[in-house]
Amino acid sequence: MSKTLFDKIWDAHIVTTAEGGQDVLYIDRHFIHEVTSPQAFTGLRQRGIPVFRPVQTIATADHNVPTQNQHLPIVEPLSRSQVEKLTENCAEFGVELYGLGHPYQGIVHVIGPELGITQPGQTIVCGDSHTSTHGAFGAIAFGIGTSQVEQVLATQCLLQKRPLRMRITVDGQLAPGVLSKDIILYIIAQLGAAGGTGYFVEYAGSAIRALSMEARMTICNMSIEMGARGGLIAPDNTTFEYLRGREFAPAGADFDAAVAQWQHLFSDADAVFDREYQFRAEDIAPMITYGTNPGMGIRVSETVPEAPAAGDSLASFSKSLDYMGFRPGERLIGKSVGYVFIGSCTNSRIEDLRLVARFVQGKQKASSVQAFIVPGSQQVARQAKAEGLDQVFVAAGFEFREPGCSACLGMNEDKVPAGEYCVSTSNRNFEGRQGPGARTILASPLTAAAAAVTGTIVDVRDFDLEN
Amino acid sequence: MEKFISVNTTAVPLPNEDVDTDQIIPARFLKATTREGFGDNLFCDWRYQPDGAAKTDFVLNNPLYQGQILVAGKNFGCGSSREHAAWALADYGFRVVVSSFFADIFKGNALNNGLLPVQVSPAFLHDLFTAIETDPASRFSVDLEQQTISIDRTGASETFPIDPFRKVCLLNGYDDLDYLLSLREQIATWEQQQPFSITAATLTP
Repeated sequence: MSKTLFDKIWDAHIVTTAEGGQDVLYIDRHFIHEVTSPQAFTGLRQRGIPVFRPVQTIATADHNVPTQNQHLPIVEPLSRSQVEKLTENCAEFGVELYGLGHPYQGIVHVIGPELGITQPGQTIVCGDSHTSTHGAFGAIAFGIGTSQVEQVLATQCLLQKRPLRMRITVDGQLAPGVLSKDIILYIIAQLGAAGGTGYFVEYAGSAIRALSMEARMTICNMSIEMGARGGLIAPDNTTFEYLRGREFAPAGADFDAAVAQWQHLFSDADAVFDREYQFRAEDIAPMITYGTNPGMGIRVSETVPEAPAAGDSLASFSKSLDYMGFRPGERLIGKSVGYVFIGSCTNSRIEDLRLVARFVQGKQKASSVQAFIVPGSQQVARQAKAEGLDQVFVAAGFEFREPGCSACLGMNEDKVPAGEYCVSTSNRNFEGRQGPGARTILASPLTAAAAAVTGTIVDVRDFDLEN
Repeated sequence: MEKFISVNTTAVPLPNEDVDTDQIIPARFLKATTREGFGDNLFCDWRYQPDGAAKTDFVLNNPLYQGQILVAGKNFGCGSSREHAAWALADYGFRVVVSSFFADIFKGNALNNGLLPVQVSPAFLHDLFTAIETDPASRFSVDLEQQTISIDRTGASETFPIDPFRKVCLLNGYDDLDYLLSLREQIATWEQQQPFSITAATLTP
């Protein structure tokens, strides 16, 4: 029988099916971090049970960590205590921790792929909604709550209802200056912030196939922003070559054997999806958001819509625009911005940093802008330094920080002040996401870099992108 | 987990759509390592001024609106997977959240904490808002066994969906973990039957 890629992986992980139809789904890889795991470990302790398969859980500290002076103790007492609690819990329960000071530390969705822990065909969960990132490798990866973190720690399984299947096909060729971030912001703007709810998405088509692994991760990362549990892309040679030689990827003959298995991971030609969408890469332009959910996106050259999307309330639309300080029908190009943040599990990998460095080389950030770049991991930071990118950033007036989630959610000191605009490569423009009162404009790393240079919202295609 | 059988209470209206979990509980309050006390910061940035003074125009600060039911606009609970959002709502005293549409992860988190997400039609949601607006003292009944929500004054009622397994869990106060723990031997056997060792790619350097 024909199957989708999603169903092939899901079916291979069903231990049993509970009365009522929910599956007991086996989880291959479990990532944890300091914010959503402490209560789960407390639960294990209260029940007096161990971690069932400790080798399949990997921990890192990312959400809370400072991005300056990481060699010193964390100043903020609550952040410090939460990071210390993670260290204690991992030691007590035998979980591998890549904590502060470890050469593998970084944002959980950056380190899993770069270490080769994330592999095709796996089931992967983490107490973080952007776990969907790992789907770029042809894995079923999704975010869970803390009660479920406890369930995975205790049994390596979750009770799950099979989601519906959606396929989003993007064919064609992207124009210069248009990145994978623009693809996913465009898709979410078309489908809306709840358009994927109840579904697991497969991204397909020639424009997706042409993307690097890191660009694919950016797409899958934001699947949750249209409500989808996750998104995945069938693995191909790009995937296999990315994984070859990575720390925890199979090596030698084991790698060849693994690739032989991974090559079966695709949706059969006549597999049926519950919902399909088709888009053309040529219709996609540099995107920005104008509102307070990621579905409120436009091409940067467009104006803010005059009215809410069909089915959305005027009150919520108006509240959102009031918060942002924008008017219906307003053109946003030329608007001053005070902050630019390049980082987060969406866009903090080495390719993002290379793109930004190439763009800002020989340019200077506007004096009115505070611009900072936060690499996704220690490995990304080391690579950037080895390539001299850090020098390019500093020469252009950007701060180059240490790895962590940083201003994506402002749990550490990296916050955007109330009322200020921040062009951000992160994934959420919710009210207060980057700090109370902060106004977030989501964009690609190129659009963010261009905003830093001009001090305004700008169409990056107005620059010479050849050099 | 606390059992859920039924409630009959007044309700608090929050007609906003796409209420994300960053609004329900902002990230800066996620630093606690226990499950308790999040209710104090529920909807913090909508509820309080930066100096801590109450924002009088926010519904939780309006003494007219009380009760164990929160009635919210569509796509409630979108965004971050933080279970703290469900903990904050339950800690504040809500037992039920009603909306015409819930984000997936929030719905699961709520069910794991004895907080019942009740999905109703857009038309019935409108009726609920109208009933509260007409008379903030309006009472509503939610019966899990019957899977119904009704407006006491008018008798209007609608059934709501819930997974049968979750329903049994809520009615009895069981959580998923009790069930999964009972399967540990079966899970270990399943692991042995897999063609490739799950842990083949060793995770220890």
